[in-house]
Amino acid sequence: MLRKVLFAAAAAVALSAASVAVAPASAATLRYANQGDLKSLDPYTLNETTTNAHLGNVYEGLTSRGKDLAIGPGLAERWETPEPTRWRFYLRKGVKFANGEDFTADDVLFSADRVRAAGSNFTTRVPKDAKFVKVDDYTVDVVLSSPNPILNYQWDTWYIMSKKWAEANNAVAPTPASATSPSYASLNANGTGPFRIESHQPGVKTVFKPNPNWRGPTEHNLTEVIFTPINSDATRVAALLSGEVDIIEPVPIQDIQRINSANNVQVLTGPELRTIFLGFDQTRDELLESSVKGKNPFKDAKVREAFYKAIDVEAIKSRVMRGLSTPSALMIAPELFALSKDFTRPKADPEGAKKLLAEAGYPNGFEVGMDCPTDRYVNDGPICQAAVGMLARIGVKVNLNAQPKAQYFAKILKPNGYKTSFYLLGWTPGTLDSHNVLYDIMGCRDDANVARGETNLGGYCNKKLDALTDQILVETDTAKRNQLIKQAFQIGFDDYSYIPLHQQALAWGVAKNVKLVQRADNQVLLYWIKKD
Amino acid sequence: MLAFILRRLFQSALVLLCVGVIAFALFRLVGDPVNQIVSIDTPFEQRQQIRKDLGLDDPSIVQFGRYLVKAARFDFGISYQFRQPVSTLIGERMPATLELTFMAALLSLVVGIPMGVYTALRRGSFLSGVFMSVSLIGVSLPTFLIAILLRWIFSVHLGWLPSFGRGQVVNLGWWSTGLLTVSGIKALILPAITLGLFQMTLIMRLVRAEMLEVLRTDYIKFARARGLSDRAIHFGHALKNTLVPVITIAGLQLGSIIAFALITEYVFQWPGMGALFLGAVQNVDIPVMAAYLLLVSFIFVVVNLVVDILYAVVDPRLRANMQAA
Repeated sequence: MLRKVLFAAAAAVALSAASVAVAPASAATLRYANQGDLKSLDPYTLNETTTNAHLGNVYEGLTSRGKDLAIGPGLAERWETPEPTRWRFYLRKGVKFANGEDFTADDVLFSADRVRAAGSNFTTRVPKDAKFVKVDDYTVDVVLSSPNPILNYQWDTWYIMSKKWAEANNAVAPTPASATSPSYASLNANGTGPFRIESHQPGVKTVFKPNPNWRGPTEHNLTEVIFTPINSDATRVAALLSGEVDIIEPVPIQDIQRINSANNVQVLTGPELRTIFLGFDQTRDELLESSVKGKNPFKDAKVREAFYKAIDVEAIKSRVMRGLSTPSALMIAPELFALSKDFTRPKADPEGAKKLLAEAGYPNGFEVGMDCPTDRYVNDGPICQAAVGMLARIGVKVNLNAQPKAQYFAKILKPNGYKTSFYLLGWTPGTLDSHNVLYDIMGCRDDANVARGETNLGGYCNKKLDALTDQILVETDTAKRNQLIKQAFQIGFDDYSYIPLHQQALAWGVAKNVKLVQRADNQVLLYWIKKD
Repeated sequence: MLAFILRRLFQSALVLLCVGVIAFALFRLVGDPVNQIVSIDTPFEQRQQIRKDLGLDDPSIVQFGRYLVKAARFDFGISYQFRQPVSTLIGERMPATLELTFMAALLSLVVGIPMGVYTALRRGSFLSGVFMSVSLIGVSLPTFLIAILLRWIFSVHLGWLPSFGRGQVVNLGWWSTGLLTVSGIKALILPAITLGLFQMTLIMRLVRAEMLEVLRTDYIKFARARGLSDRAIHFGHALKNTLVPVITIAGLQLGSIIAFALITEYVFQWPGMGALFLGAVQNVDIPVMAAYLLLVSFIFVVVNLVVDILYAVVDPRLRANMQAA
């Protein structure tokens, strides 16, 4: 009763408010809130999307990625490969760091050493044995031991630092994630990018100002950017609706309609590059969590096929994701692989799935445990619950262990010995290239000392696929390379190695007077934002 | 008196040690910090190196010992999330929490005590009925719901008050205050009401119950017989005698609003210690969690001590006991 009275009172107050009074922010100050935070200013400490995106406003790589993620010039104007193992980069002239120093080849050589030094979280950005040779002040050669067609794919987030600045401030060594005292570079930034950092209070507020030494052209019209991390979904949405911030990321799916029905804000959605999938333990002789003893049902491709066919991704899209997902046949987003259209996902077929289970020797199904995070991906918990229901229809009883990401990752990853039987995971290839997926997720992990298959938590293994992956690494002809990738994905597809579910959608809440570019890698980049 | 305080301080050291032991036992269950520090595609070798550097491979007892030795020198380590000294982080966040809790406590006392007195003296009046209903809402609705409701009305629909943050702050030395700017005070209103509402209703109901009890006692009857004014009876005698339990409860509640401001802080993105702690739990930031728990238990111990001393001030009979003990 009291509740009703209270809600009635609240509604009356709300209705009587004739107009929404919003304090207008000064024209070119942008206020932006994100669930995540800028965790370190040292660009080699932490390889993580939100941190990389923020630092991308301040630092630049030799290359850049455009609005459609295409690789373009950055601090290097152009480059060529005179021979397969030698790349030549021509650096931009007249570029200055925010503190006024000139950018030269020495800074590139310095950054190449620093990014590969102990403590860097970005060591894979540059091959260990690549030699950087200074040809002149504005030309750098990179000499490789074997051809590498995707050498510069991740160089947009290998940020170039100033040698002089680092040496003057005792920041030559990268700040490790485990640092016991904060280094100068982790509290200060000096890049060549369009913005500089005015102040940074971790977890509270970061203020960006335009870099006075930016070479231009300037596409944004901002004079100040105030970034606030806001963890709570409801608070972020309220801050946007009340006009206190101009951009929020992400918007929870259930709030999209409410935001769109307000008149001063809207939600921008688009496909994200991350693929959400289910994986099976295919290595142990007996599953850790199952009613089947003495053997591992997931070693039988028929059982995996039955699971595949029992999961109805269209139903997950319409019921769980409210239409905001793109069902996927591949373990990589279609934007990242030219031939992905050649693959189509088989329709859900519970009857066929039941038959397959019977053929495999489980006419009455079986029990299996499933690990699932609840705070990592969009609606991850509900997706798993939906999968449990769908598998129940073919007689498989899934005991769902839905847990916060801190416990989830501690249980299932390599340091704990991959303790899972059946799990949900999401993956964006860091290189935005198929090789990463084939190597990390689908590669055999039979040698514990080799990085191949480290995130292949179920240990799927097919040597033919591995052989193709090795060829893909060194093949420089794009058309040929795509064909090889297609063959490799086909093997994984035919083996029912994984059950790809979908690409989740990006959802950003944006005030209507703000124009921005929503890139599929979920980076909110300030230098393309205009505010009226 | 001094011996009493010293003994209590010694006891508090024991309490802190126990909290530390329990906390470290629980930290084993919160997950692997390395996964929260680095991204999922970090190579295994790098993960192992970080584990080693942080000393996470050592047995818990060794980790605990190391922590104690450092904590004794007020070195609480480096936050895994922010890579800054924990003491700096907590120092930066503490003014926000203390201002919020102080305002909430003030609100609960300044509004709660008069409301309690009024409802006790004017039982059955219309306004008493309103106060009692409001207090029922305050006691029964959970904090986060009140917060969301208040914000929905006053920031989203009316646009009068900010929905998150602390507004403009002014730095007075190491202390950052929001009390000197208009936006800072506006930002404080909703969180302070949210946090203080429960305490306010608690104090109001407590004062009311105690007043009713005291008003029935013999010395009040004698006071009336002596022909003292109502004002002197109600405030000079009755209210003063209700204050002992009120001080106990208000004192203990002050400790708990500092400790449990975290929900309010989380909902309003208030940059205080509670929000820092919640973030630390989500990210398995053990140094921050450990320091926060120690700090909170220390605050409880201090508050208890102050409450005991206040008893002596209010109730002369206790002074003699304390000296004897």
